[in-house]
Amino acid sequence: MTGSSALIGMKEITKVYQMGETSLPALDGVSLSIDEGEYVAIVGTSGSGKSTLMNIIGLLDRPTDGVYQIRGQRADDLTGRQLAELRNREIGFVFQQFNLLARASAWRQVELPLFYAGVARSASRQRALEALAQVGLADRADHKPEELSGGQQQRVAIARALVNRPSLLLADEPTGALDTRTGEEVMALFENLHEEGLTLVIITHDQEVADRARRVITMRDGAIISDSRGGSNGLREPALAPLPRPAAIEQIEEKVYEAG
Amino acid sequence: MKLVRYFPVAADSIAANKMRASLTMLGIIIGVAAVLSILGIGRGASANILGEVASQGTTRLTINPSTESEGERAGSPVQTLTMGDVKMLSDPAFHPDLLAVVPQYGSSIQLVAGSNNTQVRVTGTTAAYADVLQLEMAEGRFLTEDEVTQMSNVIVIGTTVATDLFERTQVVGESVRINGEPFTVVGVLEESGNAGFGSNDESGFITIGAAHGRVFNVPRYRGEYVVTSIAADAVSEERVDAAELQIEQTLRLRHGLGAEDDNDFTISTQASLLDTIGAVTSTLTLLLSSIAAISLLVGGIGIMNIMLVSVTERTKEIGLRKALGAHTSDVLLQFLIESLVLTLLGGLIGIAISYGLALLVQKIPNFPIDLLIGADAVIMAVGVSAGCGLIFGLYPAMRATRLDPIEALRYE
Repeated sequence: MTGSSALIGMKEITKVYQMGETSLPALDGVSLSIDEGEYVAIVGTSGSGKSTLMNIIGLLDRPTDGVYQIRGQRADDLTGRQLAELRNREIGFVFQQFNLLARASAWRQVELPLFYAGVARSASRQRALEALAQVGLADRADHKPEELSGGQQQRVAIARALVNRPSLLLADEPTGALDTRTGEEVMALFENLHEEGLTLVIITHDQEVADRARRVITMRDGAIISDSRGGSNGLREPALAPLPRPAAIEQIEEKVYEAG
Repeated sequence: MKLVRYFPVAADSIAANKMRASLTMLGIIIGVAAVLSILGIGRGASANILGEVASQGTTRLTINPSTESEGERAGSPVQTLTMGDVKMLSDPAFHPDLLAVVPQYGSSIQLVAGSNNTQVRVTGTTAAYADVLQLEMAEGRFLTEDEVTQMSNVIVIGTTVATDLFERTQVVGESVRINGEPFTVVGVLEESGNAGFGSNDESGFITIGAAHGRVFNVPRYRGEYVVTSIAADAVSEERVDAAELQIEQTLRLRHGLGAEDDNDFTISTQASLLDTIGAVTSTLTLLLSSIAAISLLVGGIGIMNIMLVSVTERTKEIGLRKALGAHTSDVLLQFLIESLVLTLLGGLIGIAISYGLALLVQKIPNFPIDLLIGADAVIMAVGVSAGCGLIFGLYPAMRATRLDPIEALRYE
């Protein structure tokens, strides 16, 4: 579980934000290793450094100090173009606010990473449609975000994260903007993907979401305070399933989305 | 290949803000249309004048007296060019390259027919005038050599004069009075069709003898009547320069000019006239186009302004694109091509507008100038608007690439 087989390796990572005269330490000597196929939740209150950690894992930010390796490559050796390529091919991002382009149809959103990968247009449309089918939105390919429900928008974002077949899916509060039921659907989707071998790292402050993961890393004040493996995956699922969901609401929603 | 795929992205973004995009493009549209139209008018006017000049023959030389530089008559022509000069220049032995030499004495005077009268320029000249000036007759004929020798009271008039006096142009045989003396109309000139340069529609021509002896009170110089100008025809276009030299030598000798004295006359050839006209019109066109180009500059700054707003508005989108694998160059190209599409579109609309104007101008009857828009001007307009897009889009696009993806993603 350690050494060269790790997908992600972090050694004594620190990150300090310089705000004029004052320096704000966000990460303070974090060491961490995540293997391929793991299902990890990173929890902590806001300000605990979990978002900074995710940004560094996602190659959106560089650590002030320490060594970060992805697939055995040291991130600080990589050029801007190589970083962009790794973000494109190895990492799929899912954000709390979905971050879809306001004006583009679903399949165009999903196609975006393929565009930057230089995939030809005909092939990229096909692959985008396949990814949408994978998240159960095959019939919504031509819908724009405003015509989709929050859960559907997040599934479009997940399809977009998956379309380039990354080895790591990074989700930042993926259920934070969703109601309990759709949040549950999104989590079920994540877990299916994990079953198929995708490495899953979910950042959350929601303990219920965290409890579903096989490994929970808890952060406080920029440091890891606990790292527990062998979580209770599978046990949580029935806990949410019995939540009542009146049939009438389902029908109304169907109509609204159909009309859109 | 990938470059081409930024164009639909740009088109989407522009389509999402149609109102703003069209207002932004307006600056480029107006700039391009203004520059092209002014270039077109300049070219049209120049072609018009040059055509007019060329139609009067390229072998013609015109001798005019210089103007007095001092004294009471400062600014008016020196009175040293005379019929004596004309006679001397007509001698083919000394002037082998001159075909015809035609004296002119012209001034404004009133013509009367019945109860009608009109003030026109009447020129006394010789029969060869019609050949040298390439005049076309609508009715009758020009003055004959016999009439010139006999100083007959005959007149050739332009169409405007004919209609002013008789309300028609078939007036050969009618009588016109000048200073109470009757002149018989022997011919009417072809209408030149434009009111501008070289038109004879409002002129009358009488024999040089009548002009000197009876109609005008013409001063003499060394016993010879003064002329207002002399027209001459060289044997061929190649001999124009030689003919000019021969004229200059003769006149300097006759006017008793020493080696240090300046010419008291000027000789202009059609070639020198063409050069002057060309220089004047191109200077004017350049000046006006520069003024019009300022609106292009203003339009370009408008593009830069809107692109900066657009970059700020789309901070989050830029962050997202970077997270999804966009490299700095991808972001740069996206915004650069967006501003390029904006200005190119504006440029094309501007070209269409100036072409529309050119068509409109052609439809107006008797409009003196055509709007000539050449392919080179169109290519230039496309190039300039594309250049505007790239130059004024570069700074906003670079701003976009400098955005930190994390900050950008957090941006609400």
